[in-house]
Amino acid sequence: MNAPNAPAATIDRDRQRALARALRTVLPGRGLLYREEDTRPYECDALTLHRRLPMLVALPETAEQLRRVLRICHERGVPVVPRGAGTGLSGGCTPLPDGVLLSTAKLNRVLRVDPLARTATVEPGVRNLAISEAAAPHGLHYAPDPSSQIACTIAGNVAENAGGVHCLKYGLTVHNVLRVRGLTMDGEAVEFGSEALDSPGLDLLALVIGSEGMLAVITEVTVKLLPTPQFARCAMASFGDVVTAGHAVAAIIGAGLIPAGLEMMDQSATRMVEPFVHAGYDLDAAAILLVEADGTPEEVAEQIAQVTAVLRRAGATRVAVSASEAERLRFWAGRKAAFPSAGRVSPAYYCMDGTIPRKRLGEMLLAIQEMEHTYGLRCPNVFHAGDGNLHPLILFDDNDPEQVARAEAFGVEILELSVALGGTITGEHGVGLEKITQMCAQFTPQELDCLRAVKRAFDPSGLLNPDKVIPSLHRCAEYGRMKVVGGKLPFPELERF
Amino acid sequence: MDATLRELQQHITEAMHAGTPLLIRAGGSKDFYGNAGAGELLDPRAHAGIVAYEPTELVVTARAGTPLAELEAVLAASGQMLAFEPPQFGATATVGGCVAAGLSGPRRAAAGALRDFVLGATLLSGRAEVLAFGGTVMKNVAGYDVSRLLAGSLGVLGVILEVSLKVVPKPTQEASVRFALDETAALRRLNEWGAQPLPISATAWQGTGTPGAGILHLRLSGAPKAIEAACARLGGERLDDRSAAALWRGLREHTDPYFATDQPLWRLGLPSTAAPVNLGGAQLIEWGGAQRWLRTEAPAREIRARAQALGGHATLFRGGEREDGAFTPLTAPVAAIHRRLKAAFDPAGILNPGRLYPDL
Ligand SMILES: Cc1cc2nc3c(=O)[nH]c(=O)nc-3n(C[C@H](O)[C@H](O)[C@H](O)COP(=O)(O)OP(=O)(O)OC[C@H]3O[C@@H](n4cnc5c(N)ncnc54)[C@H](O)[C@@H]3O)c2cc1C
Ligand SMILES: Cc1cc2nc3c(=O)[nH]c(=O)nc-3n(C[C@H](O)[C@H](O)[C@H](O)COP(=O)(O)OP(=O)(O)OC[C@H]3O[C@@H](n4cnc5c(N)ncnc54)[C@H](O)[C@@H]3O)c2cc1C
Repeated sequence: MNAPNAPAATIDRDRQRALARALRTVLPGRGLLYREEDTRPYECDALTLHRRLPMLVALPETAEQLRRVLRICHERGVPVVPRGAGTGLSGGCTPLPDGVLLSTAKLNRVLRVDPLARTATVEPGVRNLAISEAAAPHGLHYAPDPSSQIACTIAGNVAENAGGVHCLKYGLTVHNVLRVRGLTMDGEAVEFGSEALDSPGLDLLALVIGSEGMLAVITEVTVKLLPTPQFARCAMASFGDVVTAGHAVAAIIGAGLIPAGLEMMDQSATRMVEPFVHAGYDLDAAAILLVEADGTPEEVAEQIAQVTAVLRRAGATRVAVSASEAERLRFWAGRKAAFPSAGRVSPAYYCMDGTIPRKRLGEMLLAIQEMEHTYGLRCPNVFHAGDGNLHPLILFDDNDPEQVARAEAFGVEILELSVALGGTITGEHGVGLEKITQMCAQFTPQELDCLRAVKRAFDPSGLLNPDKVIPSLHRCAEYGRMKVVGGKLPFPELERF
Repeated sequence: MDATLRELQQHITEAMHAGTPLLIRAGGSKDFYGNAGAGELLDPRAHAGIVAYEPTELVVTARAGTPLAELEAVLAASGQMLAFEPPQFGATATVGGCVAAGLSGPRRAAAGALRDFVLGATLLSGRAEVLAFGGTVMKNVAGYDVSRLLAGSLGVLGVILEVSLKVVPKPTQEASVRFALDETAALRRLNEWGAQPLPISATAWQGTGTPGAGILHLRLSGAPKAIEAACARLGGERLDDRSAAALWRGLREHTDPYFATDQPLWRLGLPSTAAPVNLGGAQLIEWGGAQRWLRTEAPAREIRARAQALGGHATLFRGGEREDGAFTPLTAPVAAIHRRLKAAFDPAGILNPGRLYPDL
């Protein structure tokens, strides 16, 4: 949010022609796009508030083509923005008008599934769900399951450290990736992690995961596969108010239970999705919790009994447990349809991603209800409650500039409150362009300098996805807010810009 | 800012200006690990104490000088634990040293490594700047994940001041079983079991002396019903609880008789399905096949070449000559990234120089 450092809005046609000629030697036919009608689909990701046309779009079909594209761009000082499926929600692959948008859409082969080692090695453009589909015949699956899994790519997941409803128990992308192969901006091959459980040197794999396409272009990913649980059941609990529901989440975790999924929907969200999916949600409840147990039938029975008891003690007014697989899927259908439903009830929605300590959930939800009045916009909440990861969906009309401004201000207030409550501005969607200004609230100038230095260590040329994530100190000064430590500005002796 | 922190900061500022190398040393429990350090001693232990612990949030935040044993005792009192079972290697181990060494114990293959549980960290860089990354929440992608980068960094990027770790509930029940199996059969079974929904939380295969022959131990952790079902399915001979606890403690702390040796001890990180190493010497296999200990006098080059051919790497863990370095050398582009990272965090090159690699 807030206009990013406005880059040149227009494309220099001479530069475009010269670069296209150079890239044509590598990318034949539809591997290189330059006409506006062809590049238009790449102007934004799923955060449609930021749109820019790229100078050129490159769609390499082989890793070698990709390497040569990078070499050419590096030699000519042309910035490159990697893109997977473009389902990102923070503008991470927003193109540059003087740069190449590098799409991995055609690098979409599953290279290897090793059922004995329980790994899959895939090209960067392979869709998240396609990995689990390739593993399914062996009774295995890839655990991180973002709601966008039918479309989003593994490289996009790695770049954002994507999560899903099952991450509470099975971990995020960072916990499920063994090795990333890639190219640095100058076209050098690099490998982070290994097929073993560790590798020598600093843990650069951890650094690359969640680095939003700024450190290296991912060309191959090896993921861990887990046995697919034999059986699952889901408990659905109703609550009379959101604070009690929030405390119930903490109570489940406090009881030593780690469910396979622990999601919350507030009343505004259940009423939004019910007409579309008929999930059977309790529409009188102020909030509902969905709690899933998986494993062997014995384990599931044991955990569902424990969960039900905790939910009742925590003040649930109703607890229903799925009696069949069809019913379990129906419980989840509403949760999974939340984003599409928002798209149907409102011309546009703006999805936030703050993560806060679980015990502050109720407080945050009440504050959001207040903000709905302040900004005059609706904001249903559906989210990964077990991880404290909120996804408030601010509904607005994107044809009305005044509403857009209100939606953005609403979002900023939620992000700032997330930091104030001891959390973070983004749990899984990334900073991209969207939250770049709020990075000033989360980090000190020295910390931002350090992040900048990390970027330079991988990309001394600064050409790879250059304008994302790390704000300039100038921008922070303009924003007028800095990270405050213990009630004091850090290093008060230092000059402020 | 408290006094201990100010002192550390001052020490680093002076060293930075004078170009004095500093050897960060807390409990000294892992002195043996990595390449030998040299320099003026910097002891962060005064910066100690548990800052925050909330069992329902599954997070503990502790200062680096906190004794690891103290931290684990506090967690145990609330029925929780560090899932990665870090080895302490002595009563003096600190939280900071544990994160800097980045070592994980028997539960690693099932639960994840130390780095998987790091949620946030504060460090004192070689520029004497206090920098905080990550936080105390479960998911956080604001900025690069510098806090996880500190896991296993052996102090070359900064003095770790404080870490937030994700903790997990202790399993309600555990049981251990043993099987007589040769190495090849054990490796195959371990990988086959890994693809099944079994609550295996640790594994260890040890040779009995007769070539190939050995004993495989499994530990199962979880809900009582799941454990009973798994025991019935797996068979094998059940260990009594006391000897089981002693076995896994010995493997975690390297007090098991296997480790009582004057021979060089190598740790090979390999794909779990890698073929037997076949370099001679007594072997102990953990982590479902992914961690293989080797007691051997074989030359470093031969061991590293074999590890690499099998898709992994080899660390000279204890003893032996270190002229080839404790760790497997990096490829040129990755080494260049390491050098630039080092220069970013510690431009004067004063923090633990040489401890990880000669040029870091
Ligand atoms: C601003 C601009 C700069 C250009 N610069 C160069 C250049 O530097 N070097 C160069 O070789 N060509 C360039 N072209 C394209 C050039 O005009 C020809 O299209 C090209 O040389 C034909 O060779 P080809 O083998 O790629 O034929 P093909 O492109 O394979 O011909 C098959 C058909 O596919 C379609 N097509 C092919 N490529 C694209 C694409 N990238 N985007 C959309 N549709 C496509 C076209 O409709 C074309 O008719 C440029 C075009 C524009 C508008
Ligand atoms: C309806 C909907 C639901 C969603 N649900 C979830 C959810 O549950 N959990 C979640 O975590 N996210 C979710 N998302 C967000 C999004 O799907 C994820 O962030 C996903 O990981 C993005 O993948 P992508 O392939 O679309 O990447 P893109 O959007 O194309 O790119 C994302 C980032 O990855 C970088 N990148 C892409 N490819 C490469 C590469 N080869 N090398 C280097 N960098 C690369 C880009 O530069 C960019 O910074 C949702 C989005 C939508 C629209």
